[in-house]
Amino acid sequence: MLARLKTRLGAGVTDTHAHRGDHTAVLTREALVPALAFCRDEPDLRFDLLADITAVDYLRYPGREDGPRFDVVYHLYSIPHRHRLRLRVPVELDDPVVPTATGLWPIANWLEREVWDMFGIRFEGHPDLRRLLLYEEFEGHPLRKDYPIERRQPLIGPKI
Amino acid sequence: MTERSTTELFLGEGPGTSRGGQHLYVNMGPAHPAMHGIIRIFAELDGETVVKTDVEIGYLHRAFEKDCEVGPYNNAIPYTDRLNYVSPLINNFGYASAVEKLLGIDITDRCKYIRVIMSEISRVCDHLTCVGASAMELGAFTVFLYMIKAREFLWELVEEVTGARLTISYGRVGGVKADLPAGFDLKVKKAFGEVRQVLEEVHTLVTANRIFMDRMVGIGAMSGAESVAWGITGPLLRAAGVNYDLRKAQPYWAYDRMQFEVPLGKNGDNFDRFLVRMAEMEQSMRIAEQGLEGLPGGSIQVDWEGKAIDPAAYVDRGKQGKTEGLLLVPIQLSPNLQGQGRDAQRRVNADDKKVVLPPKETAYGSIEGLMNHFMLVMDGYGIRPPVGEAYFPVEGANGELGFYVVSDGTDRPYRVRCRPPCLPPVAALPRMIEGQMIADIIPTFGSVNMIGGELDR
Repeated sequence: MLARLKTRLGAGVTDTHAHRGDHTAVLTREALVPALAFCRDEPDLRFDLLADITAVDYLRYPGREDGPRFDVVYHLYSIPHRHRLRLRVPVELDDPVVPTATGLWPIANWLEREVWDMFGIRFEGHPDLRRLLLYEEFEGHPLRKDYPIERRQPLIGPKI
Repeated sequence: MTERSTTELFLGEGPGTSRGGQHLYVNMGPAHPAMHGIIRIFAELDGETVVKTDVEIGYLHRAFEKDCEVGPYNNAIPYTDRLNYVSPLINNFGYASAVEKLLGIDITDRCKYIRVIMSEISRVCDHLTCVGASAMELGAFTVFLYMIKAREFLWELVEEVTGARLTISYGRVGGVKADLPAGFDLKVKKAFGEVRQVLEEVHTLVTANRIFMDRMVGIGAMSGAESVAWGITGPLLRAAGVNYDLRKAQPYWAYDRMQFEVPLGKNGDNFDRFLVRMAEMEQSMRIAEQGLEGLPGGSIQVDWEGKAIDPAAYVDRGKQGKTEGLLLVPIQLSPNLQGQGRDAQRRVNADDKKVVLPPKETAYGSIEGLMNHFMLVMDGYGIRPPVGEAYFPVEGANGELGFYVVSDGTDRPYRVRCRPPCLPPVAALPRMIEGQMIADIIPTFGSVNMIGGELDR
């Protein structure tokens, strides 16, 4: 599976591993949408279910202190073939943009909104990139590692 | 000014008044009597027809994922209780299994069976709540009362095992908190008898009921292909005829040893979702019964009379230095309050000193056990999985419940992500209700079974 992805995308796949049996491919940003479309439509891959989109902030991760700050993580599942795949796309802090997958799966809309909400990673081409769980006036992106857990937010609402 | 008819005077301008269409905006929620759960649906109406909706969630957000990063691995267990608070056991075990996968350890057979049995009991509780509540919203209050009564019997079983009804915190990385209590299989048999009777009654009350069917058949329908594209899993997807059940597709724990059917619907509407849930409850009870039958080691009927001693007396003996032979003496513990003794520990917990707390006899009675205990609870020690990441999905009551855990090699999870099974159906809710009547929002929303705890995390 990973080998097929590698031959198809060439330099777009920078790394692969299967730690604990989870097949994982690390992609470049440009290769993401072609890779997702390939995984979804190729007859013997057929990853038709986009299970999850999330991100990881690698600010304090051993060995990643100087590398790209975030990874956007896609979990795919194939209902006909019963296999799973994880795709990771590293993103830098000063350019936190990933192309959107809303054109391939409608559910990507909300999942990407949540990643924007929690990590401040933008999705290029997303039709409606609002915060999902938090409110518009919220300052910062709470799942980033430099957001302190006890930080208070300014009060909003009508002034009395 | 032209003369106005009485109708126009009362209704003003709008559709049906021949004065041009005007849409009405209705805000349902966040606290609406017919919405169980805090969610806002902002609907644009043309007469009674829903034209467009915007669903707003997040009112129950409490930073589950951020909180998990703060404490050691086992500290996240109580937080997972509060994800799907109707079937908390499944969340517990799902998270524990994700960490076990990351650690690369295997749990005992008996523990696998216990997880299966308790998960299935939780699934029945969840479906009972969902079906009961959505029937109540359609006026069938009796169904709600009957089903809550049935759930009560099951929650008594849960209480028996875990010591709590809702916030159970029963799962542990590497095992469970304690073994099943003595005589549990008989109690399960009795409770399931009651549940089966209630299901029978509910079928008689609503399954062919004209009012119920008028509100459910053909409402909120989604095709199988569309459901997959929206990422919907669980009963909603199976109601649309797609055969995807993780317990069959990628069996985990002991599900590969169980005989059961996956009920499938055809039309993917509210009525099929109701039927699938009703059928799944029967299958879940079947699995739990098989689990109890095949439970490795059998149901516990051990009588400790004359053999065990009180834990307080045990500690005293240890403190006085009378440790000779102490390690061989079993102690009597209440499984749902104090944890478990050595024998039970061996049965249900993985044999890995780096993950599972030592049995109380060892911790109280020997210096090695005490050190082992402290090494697992001290700040900076504890469970330390190797650097890596793992995703472990389980079949939750609402669909695929996945935990994605990233470890940086320390005693705290670097990142915990919960894949909430009810987020995709809620995201697809506008698609299900647009073009239908405003009254159809209620049964559709009921059939989605939104659980605020896992939706907003």
